Amino acid sequence: MYSIRRWVVRHARSVETAYRMFEPVVIKLAPFWNWVGYQRAEKPVGQVEKLSKELLFDCKMCGQCVLSATGMSCPMNCPKSMRNGPCGGVLQNGHCEVLPDKRCVWVDAWEGSQKMQGGDQIHAVQLPVDHRLQGSSSWLRVARKSSDDAPHNNQEGRDD
Amino acid sequence: MINHEAGDDRRVTATASFSSASRLERTLKAGYFAVTSELAPPDSANPEDVYARARVFDGYVDSMNATDGSGANCHMSSVAMCALLSRIGYDTVMQVSCRDRNRIALQGDVVGAAALGVNNILCLTGDGVQVGDHPEAKPVFDLDSMSLLEVIAGLRDKQMFVSGRKITDPPRVFLGAAENPFVPPLDFRPYRLAKKIAAGAQFFQMQYCFDLPRFATFMARSRDLGLLEKCFILPGVGPLASARAANWMRHHVPGVHIPDAVIKRLEGAQDQKQEGRQICIEMIQQLREIQGVSGVHIMAHRQESAVAEIIEKSGVLRERQPWFPGSDPLPEERHDVQRDHSLSFCTGRLS
Ligand code: SF4
Repeated sequence: MYSIRRWVVRHARSVETAYRMFEPVVIKLAPFWNWVGYQRAEKPVGQVEKLSKELLFDCKMCGQCVLSATGMSCPMNCPKSMRNGPCGGVLQNGHCEVLPDKRCVWVDAWEGSQKMQGGDQIHAVQLPVDHRLQGSSSWLRVARKSSDDAPHNNQEGRDD
Repeated sequence: MINHEAGDDRRVTATASFSSASRLERTLKAGYFAVTSELAPPDSANPEDVYARARVFDGYVDSMNATDGSGANCHMSSVAMCALLSRIGYDTVMQVSCRDRNRIALQGDVVGAAALGVNNILCLTGDGVQVGDHPEAKPVFDLDSMSLLEVIAGLRDKQMFVSGRKITDPPRVFLGAAENPFVPPLDFRPYRLAKKIAAGAQFFQMQYCFDLPRFATFMARSRDLGLLEKCFILPGVGPLASARAANWMRHHVPGVHIPDAVIKRLEGAQDQKQEGRQICIEMIQQLREIQGVSGVHIMAHRQESAVAEIIEKSGVLRERQPWFPGSDPLPEERHDVQRDHSLSFCTGRLS
């Protein structure tokens, strides 16, 4: 919802803190996801993620969340899908060129990032979107990635 | 005052290597003040329409930008215009927008364009379809301008498509991007410049500058971030046809910022068209004095014929005359070139 999305950006710092507390929990659950199987976990976890993030961020479930690098303003709400900053058409009042009654997602992103502890992440160049991940859970992806990257897993050599 | 003809550090360091056969790249790296202009694409399949439009700039510009469906209107494609012009030897900047093509088409076009003789590419996100003549079209935006830069830099430097597949002969292109220092979020704009440089941008052609103080602030910030040594910046300029036209632009062309003072000055003039050109000339001269400005990009929509006079009066070219067809002396007239080398004249010669 637009008003909630805007509220979140104004409180980017607290939302960031909450996220930072939440992320390790999802990661710690990695053995559990492994046991359930990521494929089977995908649907229920994806549903929960979708419902909560749709409400808070107008999330589009791109499957490769960058909120921490975009001031908690979801860039997939940009009509040009810009993931690296605003285009050159932003109106003088900070609104979107395509949707003039809405604020530019990136004007919000910049403001949000200035409030965040890890706001510097906005300077990183983001890779093109992988459209295969559309609709999948970013949370599970993060969990899986960090368990794959964990040193003990590498040593064991997972060749399955 | 900054002397562009000498004392520029980049002149020594950057000329060591060229990423393309571009005449624009050579002009900039030699420390000359470069002039580029926008070439309006015809609504026709007649090559003569392209040549006629290019001819009005002969001897005044270092490179011409072929726009890619700018304003989301349909015209002849930029790749075709550039290919036609490079047959004659013109240096062109091919504009590529992310609005109409996905990464497969974009990469294919870039490789093909390089094969056709395109040396400079300007990576753009593109205007939304709603402002153009086909508002019912599907906007693609598979990449954004930033990732497009990265992708093309990868084609050139890693010799690879995004998929990882090898390219035997990579496209040797000089990579450009746009920036608009005049619209929000103003504080973020210099950082965005930094990001684009990190993604591969070597030169920048910017939005129309009518607000000098705002531009100066942007440049000062960029200098503090150490960006001015890493790229060439060409702010945009253009003659306003009248106060009414200026007002219209302000409200209908996304991203154009025109301060009230400029409109007042036009309103007060007897001959508004002439005043618009005078403002443009003064702007070029003032921009030239700002540290880090390497040239100007002239966008004279429907006033293309005035460009030569504007450049002439601004005096920025000094004694230099950019290349144009026929400006190459015949091989036998050139004592510095041996006859059997005469075919190499076409690329990279500064006049
Ligand atoms: S960046 Fe992607 S996953 Fe994150 S909120 Fe936006 S659409 Fe959802």
